[in-house]
Amino acid sequence: MRRAVLIAIPYAWLLALFLVPFGIVLKISLSDTAIAIPPYVPTLDLAEGWTGFRTFLSELDFENFVWLTEDDLYWKAYLSSFKIALIATFFTLLVGYPMAYGMARAPQEWRPTLMMLVILPFWTSFLIRVYAWMGILSNEGFLNQILLWLGVISEPLTLLNTNKAVYIGIVYTYLPFMILPIYAALDRLDGSLIEAAEDLGCSRLQAFWLVTIPLSRPGIIAGSFLVFIPVLGEFVIPSLLGGSGTLMIGKVLWEEFFSNRDWPVASAVAVVLLLILVIPIVLFQRNQQKQAEAEQ
Amino acid sequence: MGDIVSSTVFEPWEDARAEPLIRFRNVTKRFGSFTAIDNLTLDIYEKEFFALLGPSGCGKTTMMRMLAGFEHPTEGSIELAGRDIANVPPNKRAVNMMFQSYALFPHLNIWDNIAFGLRRDKLPKLDLEARVEEMLKLTRLEKFATRKPHQISGGQRQRVALARSLAKAPKLLLLDEPLGALDKKLRQDTQFELMDIQEKTGTTFVIVTHDQEEAMTVASRVAVMDEGRLIQVATPDRIYENPESVYVADFIGDVNIIQGRTSAVGDDTYSIEWAEGQRQLNATSATSFDNGQTCHLAIRPEKVTITSDRPEDADNAVQGRVHDIAYLGNLSTYYVELPNGTIIKAQTANTRRISRRSFTWEDPVWLSWTATAGVLLAN
Ligand SMILES: Nc1ncnc2c1ncn2[C@@H]1O[C@H](COP(=O)(O)OP(=O)(O)O)[C@@H](O)[C@H]1O
Ligand SMILES: [Mg+2]
Repeated sequence: MRRAVLIAIPYAWLLALFLVPFGIVLKISLSDTAIAIPPYVPTLDLAEGWTGFRTFLSELDFENFVWLTEDDLYWKAYLSSFKIALIATFFTLLVGYPMAYGMARAPQEWRPTLMMLVILPFWTSFLIRVYAWMGILSNEGFLNQILLWLGVISEPLTLLNTNKAVYIGIVYTYLPFMILPIYAALDRLDGSLIEAAEDLGCSRLQAFWLVTIPLSRPGIIAGSFLVFIPVLGEFVIPSLLGGSGTLMIGKVLWEEFFSNRDWPVASAVAVVLLLILVIPIVLFQRNQQKQAEAEQ
Repeated sequence: MGDIVSSTVFEPWEDARAEPLIRFRNVTKRFGSFTAIDNLTLDIYEKEFFALLGPSGCGKTTMMRMLAGFEHPTEGSIELAGRDIANVPPNKRAVNMMFQSYALFPHLNIWDNIAFGLRRDKLPKLDLEARVEEMLKLTRLEKFATRKPHQISGGQRQRVALARSLAKAPKLLLLDEPLGALDKKLRQDTQFELMDIQEKTGTTFVIVTHDQEEAMTVASRVAVMDEGRLIQVATPDRIYENPESVYVADFIGDVNIIQGRTSAVGDDTYSIEWAEGQRQLNATSATSFDNGQTCHLAIRPEKVTITSDRPEDADNAVQGRVHDIAYLGNLSTYYVELPNGTIIKAQTANTRRISRRSFTWEDPVWLSWTATAGVLLAN
C-alpha cells in the first residue's frame, strides 16, 4: 500500500503538470480562433451533458495543423531552429570539452572550486545575464570598445541582433549542461588506461584520440542532448540577442500567442515542436540507459 | 664436456664482462618528502626472469613505472641497453608493461585490445592478424576474441593484459603482480606458461609479486625489497638456503628464528647460548662471529626432525610438547612448545595416513637438527 502511494506520486506529478496541460494545449490546437475570452471556440460546457460534449467534439478539427504546412514561415522556422540548435550545440561542445577536460585533470583539491565556478552563473537571473550580453555585444559595448582600443578592428563589429550574438548567448548559457556530463565521464576515466596506451606506442595526442575521446563519448552525447533539446525551443536568447533575421520556432510561438493572439495556431506550433522533440529525448534516454548498463 | 656444462648454466650476473640490459645507478625516487626508492643500485641482464619481492608499499610498482617511463628518478640514472633512458618517453621505449589493474580498454573487444599496440607499429594487416591470433592462442582466449573486457572473468582479463603486453615482443616485459587474481591451479599453470614464453621469446622479464612461492618458481634471480631498498638479490635457492638477514629468512618461506649469543668452538663452528637451563646449540657459519655477539639462528621447519625418543648423537636436540599440528595434506607442521615457552616448528612429509601418524597433541617429543641445517645471522 505504502509502495503504491510512493509510486503514484511521480505519476500524479506527471499527470498534473505535464499530461493535463498538454491535453489542454492539444485541445486548443484543435479549436478555432475567436474574439472572445478565452480567444478560441469551442469551450466545453458541462451543463449540457452528453449532447453538449458531442457537439463540442464535432467542432474540433485539424485546420491549424494544415495551416502550419501551408504557410512556409512555420517549417522554415522549425528548420532554422534545428540548424541553429545543431550549430550551437557543436560550438558548446567545442568550448565545453576542453573545460571539462581541464577540470578532470586539475588537482583533486581544486575541483570543487572549479565545479563551483561552472555552476555559479546559475545563481543570478538568466534574464539579467542575457541583458548583460546585450551590453557587451552592442556596437558601443565592451567587446567593441576593447577591440577598438587594442587596435584589432577599426570599425565596431555588428554582433548584437545577428545570429552570431544568438550563438554566443546559447553557448554561454548552456555551457554548464555540456561541461557537467563530460566532466563526470572524464572523472571516472582510469588514468592507467592512458598510460597503457602510451606504453603500447601511442603519443599523447593519439592516446587522447583513441582512448579519452571514445571513453568520454557517453558524456559528450548526454551533454549534446542536454543542450540541443532546450535550445530547439529557445525563445529568450533569440528574441533578446537575435535580430529580425533570426528565425526560431520559439519566437514564432511567442508571436502567435501574444502578438497575433492566435492561441489555436500557437498551440499547434507547440504540439508539433513537442512531437519533434520526442525523437532526441528518446535517443537521449537510450544513451543514458546504455551507459547505466555498461557501468554494471 | 666441461664447456657444455658451463654454457648451459645461465648466470650472467656472475660474469664480470656481461653487459646488463637494465642498470639502476643510485636511483632515488621521492614523492614530495616521502622516499619511495632509496639509493638503489641494481643490474638486470638480458633474458633474465627477475622477480621483485617485498611487502606492499615497498616500492615495487614504482620501480616498474620508472622502467616503463611513467615516473622519473629524483636522483641517479636508469640505463636500458647501455643508454640512459631519462628522456625517452614511454611510447618510444622497447618496454611493455602489464598493469596491476590490467588497464584493458573497456571500449574495445579482446581482439582489438591485443591489436592496439601492433596497430601503432603500422604492421601490415595480415601480419597483425596472425600475431593477434597467435597471442589469443597462447593465452587460450580464442573463444573470447569478440567479447568486451567487462564480459569476461577476472582471470581471463589478466590473460588479455598479458597477451596485450606480449604482442609487441618487447625487449623488456614488466609484469606487475600479473597473477594475483588467479586461483592457485590456474596460477601455477600460468607461471609455467610464463616461463615457457620467456624461454621461447628470450624476452627479459621483470615480475613484481608479493607471493614468495611464485618468485621462487619463476625467477632466475629474486630481489627482496623493503622500504625502497634492496635487502638481498640472489638466485631463489640462495635466497632460501642462505638468506643474509632475518628479514629475508622470515620473508621467504617458513622459518624458526632462535636468538642467542655466540662463542667460537672451532674454525667455523659456534656454540649458541640461547635460553636459561637449555643446552647450547651448535651451528656452523661461514661468516665469523665474536664471542658473546648477539646472533639469530634461522632453521627451516623441514630441516627439524621430530622423534619420540631422544635422538642419538644429534648436533642439536631439544625436548618439548606438541602444542599444535597444522595438517597440509602432503605435509604436517608440528608446533612444539619448549619448557621456556619458545615454539619451534618442525615439518614432516605425510607418507602415512593421518590416522596412523605418530604424534598428537600434548605428546612429549624431541626435536633435532644438524649443525649445518641452520644459518647463523647477525641481524
Ligand atoms: N604518485 C605517488 N605519489 C605519492 N606517493 C606515491 C606515489 N606512488 C607511490 N607512492 C608511494 O610510494 C610507496 C611505494 O609504492 P608502490 O611502488 O606502489 O609499492 P608496491 O611495492 O606495493 O608496488 C607507497 O608508500 C606509495 O604510497
Ligand atoms: Mg604495487
